[in-house]
Amino acid sequence: MTMEKHRPLLRTLAWVIPVAIALLAAPHVVGPFQTLTLLYGLVFGIAVLGFNLLLGYTGLLSFGHSAYFGAGAYTVAFMVKYFKVASMELFLAGSVLISVIISLLFGVVCVRYTRIFFGILTLALSQVLWSLAFKFFWVTGGTDGLRVPTPSLLGAAPLADKMEFLAFQYYYYVLAVFTVCVIVMWVIVHSPFGKALQAIRDNETRAEFIGIRIRRYRLIAFVVSGAFAGLAGALWAPLNGLATPDVLVWTFSGEIVFMAVLGGFNSFIGPIVGAVAFTYLKTYAVGFTVYWQLLLGTVLVVLVLALPKGIMGMVELLVAKVRRSR
Amino acid sequence: MDFLLIHGLNALLYSSVLFLIAGGLSLIYGVMRILNLAHGSLYAIGAYVTAWSIGAAAAAGAPNAVLLLLLPAGAIAAAAVGAVLEPTLLRPFYKRPEEYQLLVTFGLLMILEDLIHLVWGPNPLSAGRVYESFGSITISGARYPAYNLAVIAVGIIAALFLWAFIYRTRFGVVLRATSQNMRMASALGVNVNRIYIQAFTIGCFMAGLGGAIVVPGQSAVLGMGVDALILAFVVVVIGGLGSLEGAFAGALIVGFVREAGVALFPEVELAVLYLIAAIVLFVRPAGLFGRA
Amino acid sequence: MSLLATQALAKAFGENRAVNSVDFTVKQGEVLALIGSNGAGKTTLVNLISGLYRPDSGSIVFEERDVTRQSSYGRIKAGIARSFQIVNLFDQLSCLDNVALSIFSREGKTLKLAALASRDRAVWDEAQGVLRQFGLDPKAAVPAGAISHGERKLLDVAVAYALRPKLLFLDEPTSGVSTREKAPIMDIVSAIVRSGGITVVIIEHDMDIVFRYSERIVVMHQGAILADGSPDEIRRNDEVTTTLIGTHVTGEPAFENGNHAGH
Repeated sequence: MTMEKHRPLLRTLAWVIPVAIALLAAPHVVGPFQTLTLLYGLVFGIAVLGFNLLLGYTGLLSFGHSAYFGAGAYTVAFMVKYFKVASMELFLAGSVLISVIISLLFGVVCVRYTRIFFGILTLALSQVLWSLAFKFFWVTGGTDGLRVPTPSLLGAAPLADKMEFLAFQYYYYVLAVFTVCVIVMWVIVHSPFGKALQAIRDNETRAEFIGIRIRRYRLIAFVVSGAFAGLAGALWAPLNGLATPDVLVWTFSGEIVFMAVLGGFNSFIGPIVGAVAFTYLKTYAVGFTVYWQLLLGTVLVVLVLALPKGIMGMVELLVAKVRRSR
Repeated sequence: MDFLLIHGLNALLYSSVLFLIAGGLSLIYGVMRILNLAHGSLYAIGAYVTAWSIGAAAAAGAPNAVLLLLLPAGAIAAAAVGAVLEPTLLRPFYKRPEEYQLLVTFGLLMILEDLIHLVWGPNPLSAGRVYESFGSITISGARYPAYNLAVIAVGIIAALFLWAFIYRTRFGVVLRATSQNMRMASALGVNVNRIYIQAFTIGCFMAGLGGAIVVPGQSAVLGMGVDALILAFVVVVIGGLGSLEGAFAGALIVGFVREAGVALFPEVELAVLYLIAAIVLFVRPAGLFGRA
Repeated sequence: MSLLATQALAKAFGENRAVNSVDFTVKQGEVLALIGSNGAGKTTLVNLISGLYRPDSGSIVFEERDVTRQSSYGRIKAGIARSFQIVNLFDQLSCLDNVALSIFSREGKTLKLAALASRDRAVWDEAQGVLRQFGLDPKAAVPAGAISHGERKLLDVAVAYALRPKLLFLDEPTSGVSTREKAPIMDIVSAIVRSGGITVVIIEHDMDIVFRYSERIVVMHQGAILADGSPDEIRRNDEVTTTLIGTHVTGEPAFENGNHAGH
């Protein structure tokens, strides 16, 4: 009887445990290049996890999430350049603060609209930030960008060997932050607030008529989503070593959307799976051909045409098939 | 005085090209409710095809007159691409939530940008001979390229032509009816599929024409489509999605603001444009002439 | 003592005066049917009272307080709820979730993002109870988009009911439902609202339902109230029968037997 009751939990653990072991063991099993690719995947995973609070759970497609990610990255770069900060914890705090402020400002404007207009507005606002980073090159370094050196983690100074530092110390630090982010988002999504967001997604009129003030809830979701993206941007900056306007441009926002769709935006872990998958896909595509955009663009089109539920959608179909045939 | 005149003409030049691109984007949205993120790439295709055919003809020794006739080649090519794309890639999405079209056209953008790279290579293509063949005229003591005036003329003619087409022809009536109420039009016997492919082709023709006429003055380079899209975007946001008058007004505003920015405050020129777009969206989301 | 009273309430859409200076009252505890041909203004009146539309002029007083300026949020919090003619549910969420959301919202718990929804046993128990009352508990875990039309109509009412309102508007609760399903649905709804002491206004086109389940009938025509009285009074009102063509005015339920009373 207790076995029955805990079946869903056991089913979840059945795949969570191997994945956790794999993630923990990775730096010791695979080479630094692979580990760094995975690390990029995890960082983008945090951003897309946040993004999907808006898309999968609230029904809003933002085409401007690069703004908050980029804000996080540039906050780190500015803290290094102008305040000589080197502590990762301070970087994280600063980035979350700035991205919350910016997403609050942008969000107040954007949540008044939905669907295409919402998407257009988020895009236009993120381009404002991009153009500022691009044009004010004496502050932001323009297209050359700003250098971000390796930070101290929990007070401990980084190793001299940058690769080793990134593939080990920094990797585990990011993995810990990633785990915390996943847990926090999981709670949010399963909270009464999360249910209210889904209600708004499914039927905003009805949500309004059971007493939910939808604009307020959308704004909160927007800000939480922006905070996650900003946090991810902060984690990305030392990894990339450089903060450039590429991380603010609208096509990067498009990649974030791509990642969510690839993994499956109707599920909780879909975005994370999509972020990791996309990172590997792009890394190998870029290494394989100079026409990697053609490859990725085709993947996206095929995805949207034939597999709108993404990777997790396919996994669910497979699991259902296996279960039915038993 | 010269300063104002020259900059004014430059602004009109820019507005002309912008109107063609943004007008196409707006027309497509107005009729089909599709926001084509790959629209800039059709502008790029127009530029590349024109530059390439002019370059090939020039290398074969063709006279200037022939080169001039080849200018619209890009527009026709872009229209052809559009005619192929609509039934294959866009039609499956009309019944689905509108966010999906943003996704599929974004994928299309990536595909087209790299196809351009694949076909024409990484180096810029130019059609400078056509530009030079027009020579320059003297305006209040300064020399100004005559070709630019031709572009402005093309823009004005295109605007008039389109206006007449949409408001004075039977096809235009059907187009407007379909854009206002697709179901009603269909119930009245309009072949909506055919209207859609025609509207999309016209929109792509306009984008391609924009690229075609701009390329003698500036080379066709990789990434020009992406840059153009975002500017076209600002134009339709300010002018109103789906409105031709809006595209016209928006193109003028963007053209002049940009020119003023370039002349006086180069750093903030782009940011100001996006900010204006954002403010318009905030205050009047339908844009100056659009309907929400 | 009237729970709700509108005074000279008016709303026009362009030329069309959908609601034309209407004085509409609802007494505490009654079950009232609002009838009239299409375009009479019934739904517009309900939309005005529930806060979906802003009136052009006139006032709405609920529990002796003027709520005319209040948003729909304010009115819901004050105790006015409604169901919808075209079913409005959270289709991807389960039936249990749909009802639970009303309860979470009612309790002011929907802004909690740091606690798991599943932990609030009181809410889920109450939601389960409501579903049971409506006969929907077998479908508790099924997404609202996947149940039958009749069940969706019931759920639509259940979601509004779970707000424990003082005044409940039911907009055509049996529309689109087959004739033999209508009575069972109305039996459930009627029993629930009577036992809860909720004041109910039902918009209905089916005259059998109207005469069988309501205590008082208000007839609207072209934006104004044409008649207001008990089912017997309305049945005998010639003006009503001439304006509402093709209705069963004998009050005999059509599905019992084919004969009209008295013939």
